[in-house]
Amino acid sequence: MKAFKAGPMKALTLRLQDELFAVEAESVREILDLVPITEVPNAPAFVGGLINVRGRVVPLADLRVMFGMDRPPPDKDTRIVVIEIDIDGEPTIAGILADKVHDVTDIEAASIEEAPRVGMRWRADFVRGIGKRNGGFIIIPDLGRIFETQGARNAPVAASEERLAS
Amino acid sequence: MSFPDPTETFRQEARELLEQLEQGLLDLEQNPANDDLINSTFRALHTIKGSGAMFGFTAVANFVHEFETAFDQVRKGQTIATPALIGVALDAKDHIHKLVEQPDTKLAGGDAILEALRAVIDGTNAPAEAEAAPVAAPVAQGAVIALDMPEPAAVIAKAAPAATTTWRIRFRLPSDALVYGTNPLLLLKEITDLGPCVVTALTDTIPTLDVIDPEVPYLGWQIDLTMAEDPHAAIEDVFMFLRDGMELSIEPLTGTEPAVQPVAAPVVEAAPAPVAAAPVATPKPAAAPKATKAKPAPATEAPAAPTDTKAPAASSMRVDAERLDELMDRVGELVIAQARLTQIAASSSDGNLKTIAEELERLSSGLRDTTMGIRMVPIGTLFSRFRRLIHDLSRDLDKDIEFITTGEDTELDKTMIERLADPLVHLIRNSVDHGLESVEKRLAAGKTPKGTVRLSAVYAGAEVAISVSDDGAGLNAERIRAKAEENGIITADTKLTEQELNQLIFAPGFSTASAVTSLSGRGVGMDVVKRTIDGLRGSIDVTTKAGVGSTMTLRLPLTLAIIDGMLVRVGNGRFTIPLSAVEECVELPDGIEGNAKGRNFLDIRGALVPFLRLREVFNTAAPAEPHQKVVIVSSGEGRVGLVVDQIIGNNQTVIKQLSKLHSPIKSFSGATILGDGTVALILDTAHLVGFGQSYVDRNKSEGKAA
Repeated sequence: MKAFKAGPMKALTLRLQDELFAVEAESVREILDLVPITEVPNAPAFVGGLINVRGRVVPLADLRVMFGMDRPPPDKDTRIVVIEIDIDGEPTIAGILADKVHDVTDIEAASIEEAPRVGMRWRADFVRGIGKRNGGFIIIPDLGRIFETQGARNAPVAASEERLAS
Repeated sequence: MSFPDPTETFRQEARELLEQLEQGLLDLEQNPANDDLINSTFRALHTIKGSGAMFGFTAVANFVHEFETAFDQVRKGQTIATPALIGVALDAKDHIHKLVEQPDTKLAGGDAILEALRAVIDGTNAPAEAEAAPVAAPVAQGAVIALDMPEPAAVIAKAAPAATTTWRIRFRLPSDALVYGTNPLLLLKEITDLGPCVVTALTDTIPTLDVIDPEVPYLGWQIDLTMAEDPHAAIEDVFMFLRDGMELSIEPLTGTEPAVQPVAAPVVEAAPAPVAAAPVATPKPAAAPKATKAKPAPATEAPAAPTDTKAPAASSMRVDAERLDELMDRVGELVIAQARLTQIAASSSDGNLKTIAEELERLSSGLRDTTMGIRMVPIGTLFSRFRRLIHDLSRDLDKDIEFITTGEDTELDKTMIERLADPLVHLIRNSVDHGLESVEKRLAAGKTPKGTVRLSAVYAGAEVAISVSDDGAGLNAERIRAKAEENGIITADTKLTEQELNQLIFAPGFSTASAVTSLSGRGVGMDVVKRTIDGLRGSIDVTTKAGVGSTMTLRLPLTLAIIDGMLVRVGNGRFTIPLSAVEECVELPDGIEGNAKGRNFLDIRGALVPFLRLREVFNTAAPAEPHQKVVIVSSGEGRVGLVVDQIIGNNQTVIKQLSKLHSPIKSFSGATILGDGTVALILDTAHLVGFGQSYVDRNKSEGKAA
């Protein structure tokens, strides 16, 4: 697990269902209103879509899948956060679906704690840390880990595609 | 803009000339008596020497000079171009290449190559040994000097009989010689290399300082050369490219006393000959200026001449490959923007807008074709490189090989060509090393002793098929199977079709060779081939027949950038099929719906074509259209029908690669952006056809079992 830099973390906060998440502001390229999403048949649910971001074809990830949340259809608050992320050492641009985007805020380093090993609904290695603000918790997801896990998980998915088809 | 580095220009030119030299030498091996070939080879050499000296690559110039001197024997018909000679000459070419690329490093091996070259020409030495030595010589050993040449004069003197004559040579260079880069010192050196001589400068025509033009060679030279045979031919060779505008006279000096006297001797005064020589020389100046005018650039003729053997001089320019890529990206963006405009125009009633949209569509598709055309390179450029490989393999493995290439003018995207070089090297090596048998075995099998390796390229629909075939032993299915089981790639009871079994040779670490040789046996090569071809979205077919030979066919998409596509709808999703793969579209007959699985075949004019319901492949939930369509696509030999809900139309498709997150999904080769800004996936027809074919195979084997 990466150590946090000293000083406050500048983060974009967004809501997925009833939880608040924080994404490092540095890695965010832009925030889009909902655009038409192209479904990719046989792709894993986590990256089941493609979107057009200024002429680029960009995969759209739904973190709610990885955190085992409900996935209601998009509403007027739904946004797409376009981030830059390294997947297996390859810089990739990806979109993240957010139920609502709040604001950019500083999270004091002192207030960030490591994810507890027990007592969490989610896989501990998907969470880099948990920050506190205004008495509530903010989850800081380990996006690199989440996307890479997805890559590794993809192989059996592709194989099952063959079976499905035949 | 910065001025291009002249040495880089020289290097580039030298690289081309060396390539030409190599081709010339290899051609010569096939056809040793062809004067045109000999001369073009010689010209290539000469140009390298000339421009090398001009740009300060003295080591190159000196080495080439020696090479040239030796090779001159061939040109004069005194020696024929034996394979041994070609072998050494190729080594020499490699050495020149090194000298050009690393001018600052002292390179060893040059002397050894020259020695071998002379030995081969004199026929005094066993060529094979001499040949082998230079290649093995280490590249950098500080001690060896490239500049310091062995004394060729001594070598020639050795051959010369005792009776010698002294010849007086006087020459003046054409007035533009310096402008065109002639270095008189090199000329003098060439003459002095012919034999012992005394050189005197003729300063009588130097004008006064105020009218002197620094670019005109006012100096003349007089050389007293002692040589056994008549030096006319040798001297004229020295001035080969200058002959038109210069003065030159060659006269025998009376008396056979060795002229190698102390330099101090005032030669001009001592001999009356100059006076006699002068009249011979004087008529020439009158003719000279005319000749100079008629052919104003005798020196530039040299660089131009070698090209005439291969291609007619076309006006062309070098462009940075990166700029081409950038151009392609821009065109891609333009095509997307144009598609949006077309869509807006279609839903508008403004006639002007419609006209502009149509006009733009026409222009952008023209621009797209032109841009792609710029990036297309004939594959012959790649093929010609392998002739050397075959030559070397043939020598190393002691197999007589005939190398046949066809379809050199087949064009492919340049990035593709670059990336194909490695896999083809591996495939050719494989064919030569594993495929072709030794001469004894071939004779025993009733074949010609000379093995054949064929390299061919043809267009096949949206693809280019490049195949490497040999008439060797073919793949040994049992050995492959045994080895695969041993390596744990398959288990003993795995059932494999012939095709699947042959594909095993591409598994990493797989090799049937019992011993690792310098050429093969580590099982890395085929893995590299497979990976590169996969990376290019291509496929490899293997066909083999025991005792007759095997063929490896690489199937590659024509381009990586923009294609014409056919847009179809499956459920709510829209997909693009590369139009070049589409053969025809038919309606799905009604009755076929009720058929059981495994009987998904259409009767297309008597031929059974398997079809895939894309709705099933993609697990589409949306309700199906009552009248479904079938798009018949082909890839290589195979055909498959793709059942879709609707055929929307044609569109220009800019291929965007899928990210790592989606690349494992094999049904799609990429994605594109449609006119309305949404993303559509591009179907990978080769994969789908393969999938459909496996269907057929399975059906057949089930049919047999039943």
